[in-house]
Amino acid sequence: MQPHTTLSPSVETSPVDAVTLAVIKGRLEQIADEMDATLYRSAFNPIIAEAHDACHGIYDALSGDTLIQGKSGLPIFVGVMSFAVKLAQKVAHERGGMKPGDTWLFNDPYEGGTHANDFKLVRPFFRNGELFCFLASAAHWHDVGGAVPGNYNPGATECWQEAVQIPAVRIVKANELDQDVLAILIANTRLPSSLWGDLNAQLAALELGERRMNALLDEFKDSVIGSAMQELRRRACVLMRSEIAKIADGNYVFEDYLDNDGVDDVPLLIHLEMRIKGDQLTLDFSKTSPQCAGPVNISMATSVAACYVALKHLFPSVPANAGVLDAVEFIIPQGLVISASKPKPVGGYTETILRIIDVIFSATALADPNLAMAHAYGTINALSIAGHRTDEPRRGQRWVMFSFFGGGHGAHSGGDGLNHANAPISTATIPPLEILEATYPVRFTQWALRDHSAGEGQHKGGLGAIYEIELLEQSAEVFIFGERSKFPPKGIAGGKPGMLNIFEYENNGEFIKPKMGAKMQGIKLLRGERVRLSTPGGGGWGDPAKRSDLLKQQDAKHLATLADVLAKPQTKGEAL
Amino acid sequence: MSTNSAQQSDSKSTAKRSSPNNDSTSSVSSLVVGVDVGGTFTDLFILDESTGQASIVKVPSTRGNESQGFMDALARMQPGNIKSSDDPIRRIKTIVHGTTVGTNALLERRVAKTGMITTRGFKDVLEMRRRDRPHTWGLRGEFKPIIPRHLRLEVDERVLADGTLHTPINKDQLTIAAQQLLENGCEAVCIFFINAFANKDNELTALDVIKSIWPNKFMTSAVQVLPEIREFERCSTAALNAVLQPVVGDYLNKLNGALRKAGFGGEFLIVQSNGGVMSLETAADMPFKTALSGPAAGVIACAEIAKSSGFTRVITGDMGGTSFDVSLIDERGASLASQTSVDFGLVIRSPMIQIETLGAGGGSVASVDSSKMLSVGPESAGSNPGPACYARGNLRPTVTDANVVLGRIASDRPLGGGLLKALDLSLAKQAIKDYVADPLGIDVVSAAEAILKIANSKMAGAIRLVSIEKGYDPREFTYMPFGGGGALHVCAIMREVGVKNSLIPRYPGVTSALGCVIADMRHDGVQTLNTTIEALDMGRVIELIRSISHGCHERLTQSGVKFVSVEEHLSMDMLYVGQTHTLSVNMREVFGEKNSKPNWDQLTKHHIKESFEQTYRTVFGRTLGNIGIKVLNLRFSVVGVRPKFDLKVLAPTQVHMPQSLGVQHVVHNGSTTQAVRYARLDLPIGISIQGPAILEQSDTTVWLEPGFSATVDQLGNLILTQNDT
Repeated sequence: MQPHTTLSPSVETSPVDAVTLAVIKGRLEQIADEMDATLYRSAFNPIIAEAHDACHGIYDALSGDTLIQGKSGLPIFVGVMSFAVKLAQKVAHERGGMKPGDTWLFNDPYEGGTHANDFKLVRPFFRNGELFCFLASAAHWHDVGGAVPGNYNPGATECWQEAVQIPAVRIVKANELDQDVLAILIANTRLPSSLWGDLNAQLAALELGERRMNALLDEFKDSVIGSAMQELRRRACVLMRSEIAKIADGNYVFEDYLDNDGVDDVPLLIHLEMRIKGDQLTLDFSKTSPQCAGPVNISMATSVAACYVALKHLFPSVPANAGVLDAVEFIIPQGLVISASKPKPVGGYTETILRIIDVIFSATALADPNLAMAHAYGTINALSIAGHRTDEPRRGQRWVMFSFFGGGHGAHSGGDGLNHANAPISTATIPPLEILEATYPVRFTQWALRDHSAGEGQHKGGLGAIYEIELLEQSAEVFIFGERSKFPPKGIAGGKPGMLNIFEYENNGEFIKPKMGAKMQGIKLLRGERVRLSTPGGGGWGDPAKRSDLLKQQDAKHLATLADVLAKPQTKGEAL
Repeated sequence: MSTNSAQQSDSKSTAKRSSPNNDSTSSVSSLVVGVDVGGTFTDLFILDESTGQASIVKVPSTRGNESQGFMDALARMQPGNIKSSDDPIRRIKTIVHGTTVGTNALLERRVAKTGMITTRGFKDVLEMRRRDRPHTWGLRGEFKPIIPRHLRLEVDERVLADGTLHTPINKDQLTIAAQQLLENGCEAVCIFFINAFANKDNELTALDVIKSIWPNKFMTSAVQVLPEIREFERCSTAALNAVLQPVVGDYLNKLNGALRKAGFGGEFLIVQSNGGVMSLETAADMPFKTALSGPAAGVIACAEIAKSSGFTRVITGDMGGTSFDVSLIDERGASLASQTSVDFGLVIRSPMIQIETLGAGGGSVASVDSSKMLSVGPESAGSNPGPACYARGNLRPTVTDANVVLGRIASDRPLGGGLLKALDLSLAKQAIKDYVADPLGIDVVSAAEAILKIANSKMAGAIRLVSIEKGYDPREFTYMPFGGGGALHVCAIMREVGVKNSLIPRYPGVTSALGCVIADMRHDGVQTLNTTIEALDMGRVIELIRSISHGCHERLTQSGVKFVSVEEHLSMDMLYVGQTHTLSVNMREVFGEKNSKPNWDQLTKHHIKESFEQTYRTVFGRTLGNIGIKVLNLRFSVVGVRPKFDLKVLAPTQVHMPQSLGVQHVVHNGSTTQAVRYARLDLPIGISIQGPAILEQSDTTVWLEPGFSATVDQLGNLILTQNDT
């Protein structure tokens, strides 16, 4: 391997010709895609198999940096995986180094990124006795211990309340599965067969990646592939720099808040100073709030990954490798809510990531409103309704309905935001309400777009949604973990904000809002009572006064319903 | 092209059928005609059962007025050696039609103004989709529901997930809603109620009420279209059906009228997305089943051709102007998918041939970004303006331009059925120079080779992914290219994927039309059960099978088509309790494998459980022991097997090796080779050609690279193999 540390600005000195490089790029991406496909096909849990909450890639032998990433993995992993590889490298170094035939496994979210459900597997790839690169796999396991099934514990103040903590260990040693480690994993889940199936699927994906790498290296020379990998990274940096250079120089400051951490009702500041000078981008988050008691902390690794997701949304054509980040300087001091350390809880990591993406969009909009999107709804709204069955023959059986909900996307220079979409960090779809009703004792009384929830503008934000759910069992306990109930998604370039996120639960005929906004646990619900989630729309883009008459007419039509009057029972022939 | 005419017919008489059909076919109606109307061309495949001769016709499609191109093509039919006084249209026994009219109407939103009546609280199901987005990266993109919001009206009614009636239907509201929709000019109406899959009563009552008001037959009940759990997919499928009924119905009626007027007296069938055919009436009633009509027919043809040539595992690659479509065929036939999206959010759920589409066709554009990375597609110049060499205004280089510059397509003999008289080689060179060669600092020929290299690599990648997703090694498959462009790239794909053989069908450019002639009649039914095996009421299950079976058989009978035999298939979507990912479990393996028409009354829970475990083991290598097993959906299909014609009728009659047509300079791996040109269809059975060679036929060109050989098999197909090195 050639060291990558010197980045030549000149493209012409490439050791691999342009055509071979383009071919190798396709072949390497294909290897990562095939690893993805292998996992999706054989994983047991639907979060991987259907929601594709997973990722595979190829990483630098020296630095652990991302060289190639599969296209179908979850967006947030694309930035986070190099930290996982670096962690494995560090630990291996302390224990005799990386050895052929080993596979390291862990769920450490502090150095390895994201949250404890995501199990990262790192396998060194050796060629002729020398470490050539790493192959890695990350996937969301269904249940890994902790206080609540599924591990989204809004009341956690320490990581152990969230999930079992597995440090970097070798699950495979010299190509033999370590039964001892496996026994520990199996003992720490409520769903052992699911865990076993998912682990097997990840191991199979890594094995396939290894076979494909060997075939590729046999076809081209090792040195050619090695040079190509570095060259791809260098070119990603060149491309990223050329995009940055198009943005006007300046310091662009934007700040936004998280509602609270679920423990203390104090807003948490996410502060960004974005500095652009020539083709250099600096993201300075130093003025962000310190780490907090509740689970909205994220680790530094996750923060960098979040920045990567934002940049990739702004510049969709830049490739998914570390070269993109070579063009960016991060200033994120330790000990902030976005650079927390163990044992601060990080289970609610999605909310903070989304806020980082929002401030990057807004700061970019200050420089170039045509480049950025307005804020999307900005909260994952994890809602759990759980209880025990009282009907025969299921009496006593525990049920847990756990799901994430959608909202509107932000408007942009090209048009209105998308109504009811998924979060920018994910591509997961929402389960059908009929599946939820068939599986759990609930009835949706509303599943609708939320009128007026989107920010006005020359282009409007996308609409959020209203989900109203009635309990059909005797009683249940509810928890909600959401954000944006105090600080709405912002518009850009003169566009207006979307509406706030509102969570309500019914108690004695009244709808009540939690003090913390959209964070509460231990809510008791009785048969016939409802919870209602009214999610934010996206922010608007541009001055609302500039919205075209045609679009205004369409807006009015979208609001009006011929049969609004039908809400009240009428008799045949009555005038409308 | 063998001719330069813009609208040409190309009749190739072929061998007499070796095994004449038993039923005596009158010479008055002995033609079976497959008609595939695609985006660019309308293709005919004509089989004369009395003489055993086959011929093909290719004319440009007439977008927006597709029946025109259809009738044009029929008028150009010259089947065999009939007397000119015979009107060929009168001699047609059967027309089988693959159509994209419905799909095009959806893409262009040329659909009927339609209203929806739905459960209170749920009018936005259609617009909320499954909370997805069109592109992973960028957060840009929009969605316009096919039925606008102000025409989606709510009424009081509700059924629970277990089928319990919660709120009876309010008929007064229903009547008012229907009247409002009519007053607002709606031509069609769709009724969609939550959980109707579990209890149809409210929805069917509503349909009855609407029937008494609605002035035409354009009424769709979602639960009749798809009695399956998953509200968005059912709602979307029904909505698309509703908006298409007037469009497709009108098209088919016009076409049928024109055909009858021209003297056609035979049966008229339409190909469905599942690769089976249906009657005109069914197609007009359920137009959503035509979404992949033409492409599905192509895959069906490939499956039949491959089987006849002795290949069971085949990956097909259909390369057209804008895309490369991949399908997989194994021992069980063509792989099926459960749904497709016509466009973002326009979901149709129905069993259909699985076709994975990659943006790599002849019109795919090559570009170089600011870091000097070369890429090809997904942007496409399509067929209009088309590649730079078409000289219709596109200046950017495409895959076709690269093929022209490298001599694989002779510019005086362009592909594309004679739409163009010639291709402009200089424009192709200029485009590649400006957009690829100069930015990369390489010469035009190297740049052209680079474009093809990237495109081939992408296509090979798509083939590998499709097979890996099914758990297969692609090298164990035979590659079968079809469509106008597939055969130009066949050797490159073989090298990239590592397949041992390729099979190029005798008429690659009209494969879909040929598939129309081959396809069986097939009807499917589905019903959600969502019950554990333990709790299954087998009496009800058997009753359900009887009722779905009855409906399917009725459609078969009403079509008036004669079948050689009728087959029944039962499968269930099953899973372990706690999973949400279902497995399609075919009951034939365990139950009634030997009979084409098993006695389903004998089906037991034991059969169901055993079938599931057997399938689960095959897919995942193990079963999970004592966890409960659930049946989500029951699927039943009835196949009316149509008489097959012996593909030998397509085989060449020549016994002597023809003269070569000369030599063509083709650039391969940086150097110019002298490729010998042959008229492909004149090559006799058993002959083997060594690359480099160019094999020409009217609907495609085969580029046989050095190091490859092509042998003509008994059916006239070309079997390609890579020589041992």
